[in-house]
Amino acid sequence: MLILHCPYCGIDAEETELHAGGEAHLTRFGPGSSDDDFEGYLFMRENPRGVHFERWRHANGCGKWFHAARCTNTLEVFGTYSAQTTEPPEEIRKILAKKRPGWTWRDLK
Amino acid sequence: MSTRLATGGRLIDRSKAQAFTFNGKRFKGYAGDTLASALLGEDQMLMGRSFKYHRPRGVVASGAEEPNALVNLGKGTAHEPNARATTTELFDGLAATSQNHWPSLEFDVGAVNTHLSRFLPAGFYYKMFIHPRPLWKHVYEPFIRQSAGLGRAPDPETRDPDTYEHFYAFVDVLVIGGGVAGLQAAKAAGDAGAKVLLIEQNAHWGGRAPVDGGSIDGQAPEAWIDETLSALQAMPNVTVRSRTMGAGVYDHGYVLGYERLTDHAPQMDGPRHRLWRIRAAQIVTATGAIERPLSFAGNDIPGVMLASAVRDYVVNYGVVPGDRTVVVTNNDDAYRTALALKAAGLAVPAIIDARPNGGGALMQAARDQGIRVEVGRGIAKVKGGKRVSSVYMCDQAGSGAMLEEIPCDVVAMSGGWSPVVHLWSHCGGKLTWDDEQAFFRPDADRAPTGADGAAFVSVAGSANGHMGLAQGILDGDAVGKAAAKMAGFKPKRTKAPEAVSEDEAALVPVWLMPQGASRDLRAKAWLDYQNDVKVSDVQLAAREGFESVEHTKRYTTLGMATDQGKLSNINGLATLSNALNEAIPQVGTTTFRPPYTPISMGAIGGEARGDVFQPIRRTPIHEWHETNGAHWEPVGHWRRPYCFQRAGESVHDAVNREIKATRDSLGLLDASTLGKIIVKGPDAGRFLDMMYTNMMSTLPIGKCRYGLMCTENGFLTDDGVVARLDEDTWLCHTTTGGADRIHGHMEEWLQTEWWDWKVWTVNATEQYAQIAVVGPNARKLLEKLGGMDVSKETLPFMQWADGTLGGIQARVFRISFSGELSYEIAVPANQGRAFWDMLMEQGAEWNATPYGTEALHVMRAEKGFIMIGDETDGTIIPQDLGLHWALSKKKEDYLGKRAQQRSHMTDPNRWQLVGLETLDGSVLPDGAYAAADGTNDNGQRNTQGRVTSSYYSPTLDKGIAMGLVLNGPDRMGEVISFIKEDGETEMKATIVSPVFYDPEGEKQNV
Ligand SMILES: [Zn+2]
Repeated sequence: MLILHCPYCGIDAEETELHAGGEAHLTRFGPGSSDDDFEGYLFMRENPRGVHFERWRHANGCGKWFHAARCTNTLEVFGTYSAQTTEPPEEIRKILAKKRPGWTWRDLK
Repeated sequence: MSTRLATGGRLIDRSKAQAFTFNGKRFKGYAGDTLASALLGEDQMLMGRSFKYHRPRGVVASGAEEPNALVNLGKGTAHEPNARATTTELFDGLAATSQNHWPSLEFDVGAVNTHLSRFLPAGFYYKMFIHPRPLWKHVYEPFIRQSAGLGRAPDPETRDPDTYEHFYAFVDVLVIGGGVAGLQAAKAAGDAGAKVLLIEQNAHWGGRAPVDGGSIDGQAPEAWIDETLSALQAMPNVTVRSRTMGAGVYDHGYVLGYERLTDHAPQMDGPRHRLWRIRAAQIVTATGAIERPLSFAGNDIPGVMLASAVRDYVVNYGVVPGDRTVVVTNNDDAYRTALALKAAGLAVPAIIDARPNGGGALMQAARDQGIRVEVGRGIAKVKGGKRVSSVYMCDQAGSGAMLEEIPCDVVAMSGGWSPVVHLWSHCGGKLTWDDEQAFFRPDADRAPTGADGAAFVSVAGSANGHMGLAQGILDGDAVGKAAAKMAGFKPKRTKAPEAVSEDEAALVPVWLMPQGASRDLRAKAWLDYQNDVKVSDVQLAAREGFESVEHTKRYTTLGMATDQGKLSNINGLATLSNALNEAIPQVGTTTFRPPYTPISMGAIGGEARGDVFQPIRRTPIHEWHETNGAHWEPVGHWRRPYCFQRAGESVHDAVNREIKATRDSLGLLDASTLGKIIVKGPDAGRFLDMMYTNMMSTLPIGKCRYGLMCTENGFLTDDGVVARLDEDTWLCHTTTGGADRIHGHMEEWLQTEWWDWKVWTVNATEQYAQIAVVGPNARKLLEKLGGMDVSKETLPFMQWADGTLGGIQARVFRISFSGELSYEIAVPANQGRAFWDMLMEQGAEWNATPYGTEALHVMRAEKGFIMIGDETDGTIIPQDLGLHWALSKKKEDYLGKRAQQRSHMTDPNRWQLVGLETLDGSVLPDGAYAAADGTNDNGQRNTQGRVTSSYYSPTLDKGIAMGLVLNGPDRMGEVISFIKEDGETEMKATIVSPVFYDPEGEKQNV
């Protein structure tokens, strides 16, 4: 059972308080988009062994969605951050550069 | 025979005799006994039968690793199967029965299987019982069910009379295992100031040390253990718990502990078991090691036991398993057993040591005691049926030619020791093969890692491969200090206790005895006692291509019994690796999974049982329903009345009465469970236009609109009426089960996609009681209550108004889910019951009739209204249901719009909603499929539709249904066939409009 820090209410929350929301930083494609783009948005997901970015909701807590950067292999948590961003913030990237040099995820490095 | 010695037994109290029964027979033991030691003390060696061959089985071990001595405990509601006699503490009045035998333990019909063993090889389930198919159902399965199975599950209708609970603990250092290494680790961490929890699965502390001897800081181990335990108990930052097993280690320092509080003393009050849910910054597993059996023919005959277990029974309980014990070993430790037996005055005819050069100081000590030691020898086979009678000694290096027959009634065997690495491995700790000591031990460089990326589990003592008292206690001290340091404390610079024990010569791995054992001997050399897996089975599996250890395990069932291979694992791996000609580490181990030993379902449930298993949500009117005949239906966490049954009335009659009363005059429905979400803000309209397929931003203030919600996949997820309250506020009704889900859905989009939109949502479901007043006399009742104008002119259909009714503040919606003149009235929750009572009382002159969810369903079906969950199942889009009118064409975008343009969604052959009427007026089975011509590739009838809702309509006095049918709307009047539950009988039905009642909508719009 994971423990993640909720960046909104500032507490360390246990997995029973949290709801997993799948991959982070999806770009929404709506009407007018190509079939390929829409398929990618709706169905295609990363499945890394290593660095991953996910959405979580502090469901049995403050109710807020947030993002977590963590390692699916070792369960190390690199940090949690606001859901209101389209990509991982600088401080998370700094931690990753130090702890997982050469990490990649989608087109991020 | 096995018997109780006149003296000795460090754990028993001979002044406290305890009477108990085994298979109805009366026996006597002492306080401090285990069930196994008490049975042995009364010469009851036979304790069970094996799973496959039903071979007679005696106790092998003295602890949690016991595979054979599994018993049923207790009777009736307190019955418990598969209890290990070796860990069951004796109490006065204990009643146990043996398992897996029929008709009796002494005489078992299934034992004939042992003579058929040639025909029951590895993988026999897969090989023998596949063909011919009918034999499986009529011959094999009934036979297997009759004769197989370990223990009997309690009757499902009985209720466990015991109570259980959960504990939560948060500590810096958790130490699992209270042997000398664990005690010292806890002491070292506690001295550093860390908050420490130390748990031990047994009732006693110190592990094997008191039995195995030596000295610690110049004292006997037992004295040091008592002293250290007292010191720990006196420390305010340390908690110690015996009878508490570390069951499993999970992510980020989460551990489950399993405490048995009253199993040993059923007369005590309080919970029986307690599940500890522990979070620890650092975990030290000091779980010891388990002795391995040796693989020789007849090693499963009662009387063949682990050498350490024989020693335990003598030293701890003053019980000897027999008069003449042959010790067979590949290491020095087993010599301690011979010495302990000799000291108790018993005969040890020989120690058979497989090592060419024998052992060291302990061998010399045995020889000094006059015990015959044979080196380079092995056991070719054990003679005996229900009891060992002799062993055939042979050369270990040969193929089993007998050198000498040695009469004996016990064989004490030792194949070396395996560290208990289970808890280390649960959360990803890796193992390394120790060639010298021939076991897997934890690889400290590949530990389970926590949220910070650092190791959070470490291992101490023999569990860490540090065998022997001196090394174990040193390791415990070092690991305890390191754990405290990792948890942020500063360990004291104390010296570790100094322990002394005999030096031991190196062991020589022996995976088969003798080395060149013939096929006959290998077919009688057991690896897994409980599941009857032999050396020959694993070798066969390897020959048949099962090279992966995980596949071999499943094919042979090695290690799949209730003991999870605690004894058989390493011997099985070694046998497989030899057969494959690969090194043991290359073959690897199977996965260790929690729990370490089985834990009770009661402990997992804890307090969550009966009424508190899942608390029920109640509307403000719930109590009225309860006292007025409500026939309950669970809806989400709510209970809603399905109907209100009167005395002498069937459920069916009650539903019909409620519908008729509502359609004829006046019905009342408690609709409080409907979701009510308030959406507010400058961007609320724009937001709702994305949430709903309809246009909500243009809804005028004071009006209501029925709306559909889809997921981004395009599928319908919810529906309900939306009311605009003011310029920037909307009230969204959801389905009863959907309120929390839809609120979450809205929040997800607001927080993660359109976070710059100024919108606020509140789930106000429980703030209001909501009552539907329905039927031709609905308006008359509200006018009688008075307070606001509810006339057609002031409050027409699909509008709402605020006001008071009968003095109670009310918001009145003119909406209808029944097709009748209908008002849904929301009042503050705390006024709900008063308002309901008022409606019932004042409505009496119109026969105001409360109705339930079934009447609601029938009435909506009569009107052709869809129901989320009936007409939809997560694969249905609005277009399937003829709801095109609710899809805004003006909006560029809404959730699901793009998905609904995908090719599969626009396929004209998607099944479409229609009404269905049987030719004979009967009711179609819900979910029935409409048959089409021909069959599919699996030989099944092709289908062309299915029933989604089906009811008897009392209004029309016939069956009515809705369903999805291929090109349905274009086939009005056509007759198609539905298949009944029996899979054969056809029912013919005509495709009609889904609106069966008042198609013009004149009744609701008056
Ligand atoms: Zn929070």
